Amino acid sequence: MVDQHIKLPEGSIEKTTTTLNLGPTHPATHGVFQNILELDGERIVSAEQTIGYIHRAFEKIAERRPLYQITPLTDRMNYCSAPINNMGWHLTCEKLLGVKIPKRVDYLRIIIMELARIADHLICNSIVGVDAGAYTGFLYLMQYRELIYEIWEEICGSRLTTNIGRIGGFERNFNDIAFQKLEKFLKEYPKVLKEFESLFQRNRIFMDRTMGTGAISAERALNYGFTGPNLRAAGVDYDVRVHTPYSSYEDFQFNVPVGTTGDNYDRWLVREQEMWQSLSIIEQAYHKVQEFKGAEAEIYHADVPEYYLPSKEDVYTKMEALIWHFKIIMGEIDMPVGEVYQSVEGGNGELGFYFISDGGRAPYRLHFRRPCFIYYQAFEELVKGGMLSDAIITMSSLNLIAGEMDS
Amino acid sequence: MALTNERIKQRLTEKFSDQVSKFEEPYGMLTFQVPKDLNLKVLNFLYDDEELKFRFLTTLCAVHYPDNKGRELAIVYHLHNLVDNVRIRFKIYTDISQPDIYTATGLFSAANWLERETYDFYGVNFIGHPNLKRILNVDEMDYFPMRKEYPLEDQTRTDKDDEMFGR
Repeated sequence: MVDQHIKLPEGSIEKTTTTLNLGPTHPATHGVFQNILELDGERIVSAEQTIGYIHRAFEKIAERRPLYQITPLTDRMNYCSAPINNMGWHLTCEKLLGVKIPKRVDYLRIIIMELARIADHLICNSIVGVDAGAYTGFLYLMQYRELIYEIWEEICGSRLTTNIGRIGGFERNFNDIAFQKLEKFLKEYPKVLKEFESLFQRNRIFMDRTMGTGAISAERALNYGFTGPNLRAAGVDYDVRVHTPYSSYEDFQFNVPVGTTGDNYDRWLVREQEMWQSLSIIEQAYHKVQEFKGAEAEIYHADVPEYYLPSKEDVYTKMEALIWHFKIIMGEIDMPVGEVYQSVEGGNGELGFYFISDGGRAPYRLHFRRPCFIYYQAFEELVKGGMLSDAIITMSSLNLIAGEMDS
Repeated sequence: MALTNERIKQRLTEKFSDQVSKFEEPYGMLTFQVPKDLNLKVLNFLYDDEELKFRFLTTLCAVHYPDNKGRELAIVYHLHNLVDNVRIRFKIYTDISQPDIYTATGLFSAANWLERETYDFYGVNFIGHPNLKRILNVDEMDYFPMRKEYPLEDQTRTDKDDEMFGR
């Protein structure tokens, strides 16, 4: 008998289904996670998800970090919309510390957060296109994500992992270039988005690929803890911005788009409509910001010297600022004892922070509610019985971000 | 009539009398304690009750209090009533040497991975969980890393020599 060179596991010849490892580094997964699929031809019999490939123990690290050093950790969760994570974290701290934020700062934050939402959704939606075979839209929209990144760069100096803002506000006022770029964005993006929409929305091939695949009912979605666009696509109008307004969202007029079937097409449509709503919110916020005159137009942080890091210039020239700087950096400021839960509407859904403080310089316990992690459990239910190629689209339309999932 | 914290407290006390205790409202969210063997009963009551309707599990996590002898681990549930838009939080405490808790997976599919994560980091044993194994850490790990007895490495240590990464 000839020597067998390939050693197969027992029973694998007799088996009628095929095992396929999708990931951990497959280009179609857009992130590091693995799916062990059991295939009958091209149909999926079962799927087992393995996650944790980029787990970085943020919750543990946070137990030794002063508050301002946790902001960069939050960047690295949903890195497609890092500023929302940053703001969510600042809002959590501010809630615990009882810091009152001036209106102008709230509005500036909303501009940043909605830009982040657009950056998040435009990537997700164009990636759905890529996975359906249409690369053009992705490359076309990418230049506007670039413009968003340039706006962030003007404000905080970095692009992807922004570490934007501080407890109490921003590290500096928005400069003129930032506002000019924002105006450029508001002027040009609607046209581009419209074009992108006409490329996909009524495209026969795209509709055939996405409609009816990866669908979930509203009851199941709620039971699975879905939030954000994925839940709204199933027909539940739950939006943290409306239900528990933070950062003065109550001052804005916007609609919450909902779908009906919860399939890939509806998820795509909901994200698309949310981008239009975000544009409208940014416009409103920009008008509100412009209405501030005189000294009020210069406010970019709350007056809380015990938590807000003073500017470097002041640290080197003013005694008081130096003292505060030292106290904040060395963790000499006492935090109140307590526990607080604060959530924001992230790119993927309700991003929650559960913060237990024992009065020390670092949190006693910090738990992140990562929407991605919670709704990815439903993946098997979504793709079971469907085609492998539909599972790829389902994965991208859920907007799975490995960084957020693994924390 | 909007559902108030007072009303929730009243309904819970009617049903479970003094077994639900330590009602607090830190930052406006109703928080209470439940004995560890009652967690599923309370979850079921909150879910099924026509007035309370807490049918959305926001999150679930554990906290380790090493000095709290006999009640070292706390498991914290955050629930949300989406109709009246009310959130509550409740905790159960358990002995770390026998951290057996009933699973909530029968009620919430979302609890599946959340409980696996809690098991992974704190070693809480969820009785009846369909697939209780590690989720984020490697399967071979033989300890529960988020417990307080595993401190993070001291950043000022000098005994390590790592030329590649520098210290």
